[in-house]
Amino acid sequence: MNIALKYCWNELLEQAWLVPVLLLIGFGLAFAIPEYNWLNKYIQLVLMYIGINIILTVSLNLVNGYMGEFSLAHAGFMAVGAYTAALLTMKVLPVAAYPVLFPLAVLAGGMVAAVMGLIVAVPSFKIRGDYLAIITLAFLMIVKSVIENIDYIGGPRGIPGIKRLTTLPWVFFWTVATVWMIRNFVYSKYGRGVLSIREDEIASDLMSVNTKRVKFLAFMLSSFCAGVAGALFAHLLQFISPRVFDIIKTTDVLIMVYLGGIASIGGSILGATAYTALMELLRPSTMAALLDWLPEFVFNPLNQYIIQNLGVWRMVIMPLLLVLVMLYWPRGIMGQREFRGFIPRRDRVAHRRLNDPGEKP
Amino acid sequence: MSEGIVYWLQQILNALQLGSIYALIALGYTMVYGILTMINFAHGDVFMVGAFFCFLAATYLGLPFAPTLLLTMIGAALVGVLLERLAYKPLRNAPRVSAIITALGLGLFLENFTLALAPYPKHIPPLLENVSWDLGGVSLSSLQVIIIFLSLGLMFLLDYVVHRTPVGMAMRAISWDKTFVPLMGVPVDLIISVTFAIGAGLAGAAGTMYALAYPVIDPYMGIMVGWKAFISAVIGGIGNIRGAMIGAFILGGVEIMVTAFFPSTYRDFVAFTLLLLLIVVRPYGILGKPRTQKV
Repeated sequence: MNIALKYCWNELLEQAWLVPVLLLIGFGLAFAIPEYNWLNKYIQLVLMYIGINIILTVSLNLVNGYMGEFSLAHAGFMAVGAYTAALLTMKVLPVAAYPVLFPLAVLAGGMVAAVMGLIVAVPSFKIRGDYLAIITLAFLMIVKSVIENIDYIGGPRGIPGIKRLTTLPWVFFWTVATVWMIRNFVYSKYGRGVLSIREDEIASDLMSVNTKRVKFLAFMLSSFCAGVAGALFAHLLQFISPRVFDIIKTTDVLIMVYLGGIASIGGSILGATAYTALMELLRPSTMAALLDWLPEFVFNPLNQYIIQNLGVWRMVIMPLLLVLVMLYWPRGIMGQREFRGFIPRRDRVAHRRLNDPGEKP
Repeated sequence: MSEGIVYWLQQILNALQLGSIYALIALGYTMVYGILTMINFAHGDVFMVGAFFCFLAATYLGLPFAPTLLLTMIGAALVGVLLERLAYKPLRNAPRVSAIITALGLGLFLENFTLALAPYPKHIPPLLENVSWDLGGVSLSSLQVIIIFLSLGLMFLLDYVVHRTPVGMAMRAISWDKTFVPLMGVPVDLIISVTFAIGAGLAGAAGTMYALAYPVIDPYMGIMVGWKAFISAVIGGIGNIRGAMIGAFILGGVEIMVTAFFPSTYRDFVAFTLLLLLIVVRPYGILGKPRTQKV
């Protein structure tokens, strides 16, 4: 019985129609949930945050996981994308009349962020490791203080009153697009180059990998996706300011990457989902609703205390979680492993042999 | 004296005050990097914890200046050693990225933990009677004199310890070679802990002085000051103790000059642009030596 089930499961995974069908179901749900109010507004919001966080995590995993560099600049690219898109929808594009123009603004946000990615990509030709981490940090700080000093875009006060254009179908679309792009990049010729740079840059240069071009593409793709996520984020939150995109935002994404495990798209998706859900669960209002639902005698004496103090303590739990993951679970949920569905058919056999050297060919 | 000279002397004095606080923190960054080649990003928050210890000692224990300073330094040193033993030591052989991420996480943890315990900004009571002298138009406060001379004193003490004592010799030996030094009977773990204790203690002293000079403290005060001190360490050549001191005074001077000519919001922009350019052009800093990678 068990064997038969396993056989059916394996056969199912090999079917070519599986992915399109799953995507169609996903799109259908993404349209249907807000249309018919299947889930309450709060859960819909959390679903959109999960989508945006998946975009951020998968794209940061390209640089920090697959390429083995350490970038802290993700929140900076997000800020660039968010500000570009918000200014476009508020001052240039007539989105009120034509909401169809919104993806154009998101795309523009991603493009400008990708161009900014060059500022990090060019020094990375010469500089690696700790010093590159410092460069990305300096980039983040510079972006923040440039925004703070331009009065036209609100300076330190930020931009209030952005239209809420991000919807569940759009988030779903961009999440799928990001995962698709990064998955294809990672398993392409350039993706192998990215992996070889992580293992040994000098050796891969000798093996005639064009390391400059590979780094160039990897940084630009990663920052493009961060810009897209920033644009979606701005039109969901409806308010952006330089403070939103500081080092704490980057740390959030870093936690999701390392919780999910480096060099794994499936891990990033799981990590982003788990972490976002956990953080929402620890919100005082959510916890209050949850504790209400439990039998009264269980938490009653603690109830009030927990709800009152959770708001502050969840910010303590978050970095502690990161440190504990680093110390006791450095692989994360699925570090360097991958769901079979994400691996191209031509690579599957080789992948299986790599992970299980005992198997006879 | 003419107006211009008075103005410049005043600015130089301000730069010296800012620079000496940066220098005390930068020493912690540079010592840890020198011995472990690891950037301890939580160091700026140890400085913040120092300022809060100062607040506790001055408000709840009602201590005068000298015991407060001593207590703060000891408390910060303990925090530093605790971080090293619990978080960095298990990661010493892990990939270097793990240590950086852990340090970032620990910094955030210290900030938010302090925030959870002390939600509102705290006021430090004036521990020292502040006398201002007027030297031909240049105003000089006793607090400035104490900050500058105390920092210089601590720096010379550290320089002496590192270059003239057995402990300092062990530190330099470990930074030189980690494989054979333990075979010579040098207790590596102990020396690393001592390094963290000294660095954190100096950050604690800086926290006290900063809290006296700018008496409103909050849990996020360590972020910017910490990064600035880190930039100082990079300017001087990270890993080089004398370089860190020079770098701190250079950065203090640059920042004061920027605020003298431009709006003060440009200060961070200039400081971080300086860092970016410096790393691209001369990553080993003023006093550091270029390191070539061998294949």
